[in-house]
Amino acid sequence: MAWSWSWSAYSSSRTPGLSEPFIHLAGVRKHYGEHLAISDASFDVMPGELLSLVGPSGCGKSTLLKILAGLHAHDGGELRIGSPSHPFDPSRDVGMVFQAPLLLKWRRILQNVMLPAEILGLSGAESRDRARHLLNMVGLAGNEDKYPYELSGGMQQRAAIARALVHDPKLVLMDEPFGALDALTREKMNLELLRIWKEAGKTIVFVTHGISEAVFLGTRVVVLTAGPARMADNFEVHLPHPRTLDLKTHERFGEYTRRIYRLLGME
Amino acid sequence: MTNSRAGRWTLAILAHLALLLAWYLFVHLGNVPKFVMPSPEATLNALLQPNYSWWTNIAVTGTEIFGGYLLALVVGVALALVFTWSKLLEAFFMPLLVSLNMIPKVALGPLIIVWFKYGVLPNSIMAFSIAVFPILLTTARGLREIEPELLDLVRSLKGSRWQLFTKIQLPGALPYIFSGMKVGAILAVAGAVVGEFLGSDKGLGYLMLQVQVTLDTPAMFMAVLIITLLGMLLYGLVLVLERVLVVKDARVV
Repeated sequence: MAWSWSWSAYSSSRTPGLSEPFIHLAGVRKHYGEHLAISDASFDVMPGELLSLVGPSGCGKSTLLKILAGLHAHDGGELRIGSPSHPFDPSRDVGMVFQAPLLLKWRRILQNVMLPAEILGLSGAESRDRARHLLNMVGLAGNEDKYPYELSGGMQQRAAIARALVHDPKLVLMDEPFGALDALTREKMNLELLRIWKEAGKTIVFVTHGISEAVFLGTRVVVLTAGPARMADNFEVHLPHPRTLDLKTHERFGEYTRRIYRLLGME
Repeated sequence: MTNSRAGRWTLAILAHLALLLAWYLFVHLGNVPKFVMPSPEATLNALLQPNYSWWTNIAVTGTEIFGGYLLALVVGVALALVFTWSKLLEAFFMPLLVSLNMIPKVALGPLIIVWFKYGVLPNSIMAFSIAVFPILLTTARGLREIEPELLDLVRSLKGSRWQLFTKIQLPGALPYIFSGMKVGAILAVAGAVVGEFLGSDKGLGYLMLQVQVTLDTPAMFMAVLIITLLGMLLYGLVLVLERVLVVKDARVV
C-alpha cells in the first residue's frame, strides 16, 4: 500500500468518482422485540478508512458491529458493504477482535492465529507463513510456540489482532479491543494499531467508549447515543498522519473531543 | 521429598506397601481366621483355583465396565452438544434428566433384568446409566462456559457446525468433560458390579456371590482386588488421556 498518510493526501484520495464507499448505511434500524437497539444509522466508510464508533453503553454500537459482521440482520434501512473496486465476500472478508483476546487456551499462538484460515479451508503452508508474518508485524515474533497463558494481556490482544488479519479480510471489526487493558498499555496499543492499520491497509470499524481514543484513532467518527438509541453525529477527523501522542494536545483534537462530549451530554 | 515428581511417586508407593504390610502383620500376629480375613498370600493363592475361571470373569466384568463407560461418554457428550444447538430441547430435557438422575440407579437393577435378562448387556446398561449423568452435566457446563464471542468469530466466517464443534466447543469443554469422566469412571465400576450382584451368570460380582456361599473369603478378597484394579486401569487411562489432550493451564482440578 503506497499511502502516505497525511491529512492532505487523505483529502485528495476522496476525489469524487474515484472511489465509492466501501460501507454504506442509510437509516439502518434494529429492534430486539420492543427494544430499539439502533436507529438512524447513516454513514459511509471509504476503503481503507478507520471508523471510530463511539458512544455510551446501550447505544447499540456492538449491535451495529454484529450487523456489519453478518451475525445479525438489520430490520430497516439500507446496508451495503463492498463496491465494484472493492468487492466484499461476507463469508471470508470479515476479521473480528473483541474486548477479551479470546485465544484458544489449548492452542499455541501460531495455531491460534491460523484459526480463521483453517475454518475457511485455506492452504496450511500459506496461512502458516502469513501467520508468522503477521505475528512479526504485531511484535510477537518468537512467541509462535507459546501458549496464551504465557503471554501478557496486551500481547494476547496483539495475537488476536494477528488472528483477525490472517485470512486477509477486507474489513476488520473491533469491539472495544483495548477496553480491558491498563491505561499505559492502551496508549501503546493505540499507536500499534495505527501502525498495523497503515501496514495492512484494511478498512477498520473500531467500537469504543473512549472519546479521545475514538478521535485519536479514527479518520472518521460516528457518535451514537443511548435512550433512545440513535446516531447523533458523523464527521471526518482532520488530523495529520502518522498520528503521535503529541496530537492529543493539538487544538483541533480538543475541538473534536469537546464535540463528542457535548453530544453525549457531558458538557 | 514432596516437591519432586520422583519423591511423590516414592511416597505413594510406600503408602501402598505400608498398607500391605499392615494387612500381613494384622492377619499373622493376630491369628485372624482365614474365613474372616485371609492373608495377602492366601488371597493371591485364590488365583490358582481353576474352577473360578478368573480370566473369563475378568473379561466379562471388564467388558461391562468399559462398554458401559464408553457408551456413557459418547451419549453424554452428544446429548450435551445437541442441547447447545437448541435452547428448546435443552429447556425441555435438561430438568427431566436432572430428575431422572435422582433415581437411585441401583434401584433400577431388578427392572433392567426384567427388560434385558441376565448377562453383559444389562450390566453394561447399569454401568452406563450411572456414569452418563456426571459426564452429561459437566459437558453441558463446559459447553456453556465457552465465550459466545468465539462462536461469533466462527459464525462470521460461516464455519460449519462440525467445525464449531471440533475446533471450539469440544476442545473448550474438554477440561470439564474430563472432570465428569473421572467421576463417571468410578461410578461405572460400581454400576457393573452391582448389576452382577443383582442378577448374572458371569463376572467378578457373580463369582463373589458364589464363593460367599462356601466362605472362600480369599477368593472374595481377590475379586474385590481385581475389580479395584479394573477401576484403577480405567481411571488411569482417563488421567493419561487428559494429560495428553488438555493443556496444563486449561485443566479443571
